Amino acid sequence: MIRLEKRPTPSRAWTYATPLLAVALTMLAGGLMFAALGKNPFLAIKTIFYDPILGEFAFYYRGQLLVKAGPLILIAVGLAMGFKAGIWNIGAEGQYIVGAIFGAAVGLAFYPAEHWYIFPLMVIAGAIGGLLWAMIPALLKVKFNTNEILVSLLLVYVAEQFLAAMALGALRNPDATGFPGSRNLQQYEAASNPEIWAGTGIHMGVVAALIAVIFAYILLSRHLMGFHIQLAGQSPKAARFGGVNPTALVVFCMGLSGALAGLAGMFEVTGPAGQIAISFNSGYGFTAIIVAFLGRLHPIGILLAGLLMALTYIGGEAAQATLQIPAAAIQAFQGMLLFFLLGVDVLSNYRIRLVREGVA
Amino acid sequence: MKLTTLLAGTALALGLAGAALAQDKTKAGFIYVGPIGDGGWSYEHNEARLAVEEHFGDKVETVYQESVPEGADAERAMTQMALGGADIIFTTSFGYMDPTINVAAKFPDVKFEHATGYKRSDNVSTYSARFYEGRAVQGHIAGKMTKTNKVGYIGSFPIPEVIRGINSAYIHAKKVNPDVEFSVIWVYTWFDPAKEADAAKALIEQGADVVLQHTDSTAPQAAAQEAGNVITFGQASDMAEYAPMPRVSSIIDNWAPYYIQQVGKVMDGTWESVDTWDGISTGMVKIGEITDAVPADVKEEALAMVEAIGAGEYHPFTGPLNKQDGSAWLAEGEVADDGTLAGMNFYVEGITGEIPQ
Repeated sequence: MIRLEKRPTPSRAWTYATPLLAVALTMLAGGLMFAALGKNPFLAIKTIFYDPILGEFAFYYRGQLLVKAGPLILIAVGLAMGFKAGIWNIGAEGQYIVGAIFGAAVGLAFYPAEHWYIFPLMVIAGAIGGLLWAMIPALLKVKFNTNEILVSLLLVYVAEQFLAAMALGALRNPDATGFPGSRNLQQYEAASNPEIWAGTGIHMGVVAALIAVIFAYILLSRHLMGFHIQLAGQSPKAARFGGVNPTALVVFCMGLSGALAGLAGMFEVTGPAGQIAISFNSGYGFTAIIVAFLGRLHPIGILLAGLLMALTYIGGEAAQATLQIPAAAIQAFQGMLLFFLLGVDVLSNYRIRLVREGVA
Repeated sequence: MKLTTLLAGTALALGLAGAALAQDKTKAGFIYVGPIGDGGWSYEHNEARLAVEEHFGDKVETVYQESVPEGADAERAMTQMALGGADIIFTTSFGYMDPTINVAAKFPDVKFEHATGYKRSDNVSTYSARFYEGRAVQGHIAGKMTKTNKVGYIGSFPIPEVIRGINSAYIHAKKVNPDVEFSVIWVYTWFDPAKEADAAKALIEQGADVVLQHTDSTAPQAAAQEAGNVITFGQASDMAEYAPMPRVSSIIDNWAPYYIQQVGKVMDGTWESVDTWDGISTGMVKIGEITDAVPADVKEEALAMVEAIGAGEYHPFTGPLNKQDGSAWLAEGEVADDGTLAGMNFYVEGITGEIPQ
């Protein structure tokens, strides 16, 4: 018989090994699924994991990996701070949208002027937009003790309506008669966020994501606030005795994650996406939650997890386009990754014991 | 020495063979906004892709990518296809407009065909169908058949194409039933069965016994079937599995002839950037079988209208028509010009509610 025995403290070795094990299991189960669909499983796995990095068109895909990973990492780093402290901001998607709207609105207000300060103002506006949207669940929590999971999640749908209203109304391109969507910021130099080096995929948002990783690492390992965050997550009671102000912590964590999500949205709308459109958001805010946990809520882990997640997207698309694997199978494949990650987590918290029947 | 010559020779041969192979086959790529199994819009585009394969056989190779979000991701999907050697790429949703223009600028040798947009360039054509002709037929049947005088309409995005459809259906319903009222729900998606079903249910609960949709899935059909006594029309595809009730007819988008023509033009080098907008007359828009749930006389009138539109004798937007605010639009006998229709951003007189803006 197999018995699970709780470990006194989570196993360090397994904490690092389980994400790799999860990826391996995903390849195995995913390969079986692709085989069942009549596709060559080895070719499919190679197309997803190898081709974007070293394949024929890697020169293009490598940049796209960064384009895709940038917002995921930026958002996930912020979310991880809260998750560590037991503060659950599930609504990053909404903060991402509002950040994009604020950023774009500031830029469009200046159209067609060309000044060096327009883009920096847009960056600040983007962060403020995300921060304000995150303050709604934060303040409701500290004032009325509402559940931040529900409030932040439901505000995503409010933000989507707000986005549609902006794309159809205030921010609509006045030159596009009858068609929704703002002016394309890629064509408005002072407000655009192009690749810093052509072909690398690196735009300001990717740089910001790297900076966020470094700052988060320092915050968590060197700063008192980082200590408070860790303490509040591990033992709320001890934290209170230790002088942690729970109200300030909620406001800080929600505000930080909201501001970073807002920045991600702002860099996306000025860069890869280009315009405020009704279907602007594509789920980065939700995927970032997976990235945060895949990266064990650790900044460096999140950096790697963001790149891995981006790889499954880019590679998944490549597999769709070249092998004609259905989109749903690729989504299932990504779902497996999270499933196995959570599943094998049991190994870091529990020891597996083989017990002979009747002996116990 | 010999070995290197041999290797070089082999490499050259392989290279030539590869090039020859690439020249032999024309590669056509297709980007879909929904899954090919949506039973509607993307399904029909994919049927047309298969028709291209059927028509050209070994001379063509096709690739597609489904459920591509409109926005930054679309640009990558197109670039991927262009890098993969596609000679012509069909981008089949309105939201792919800017990405198509962007990617086309980077691949001047690849031809692009964007559905339902208005931006063109040297290597970007646009094409669309005059769905509003089919909407006129739907409106006629809806006006005749509604008992509650309430027609529900599931709108996707408030863009001219969708607004034209609402106006056309309304004008023709009103013509045969002065008491008819339209209510429109905007779902802001092309394909989301859950949202589409919710919208259909809400409309039915408000008393609508006709539900028209400008979204891609069959979910509204299923909702109508469940409610009973509600009629619907297949959208983009025949949706015949819901006939004879609730689906009493349909608008079928028939892209195959156009796709075959354009791929053929790429093959013989005569492709050039054009704007195509065809309707019933060329067969790009087809009216699916009108079932026996429709009274015989109504069916006859509807078929006569199809005939008249196809022959160019009748235009669905013929005056006198006023705009919603009461201002004059078309005088008696005047016919709407394509420019106004292409950018239509107003309701005609009688429709209540506002276009979101």
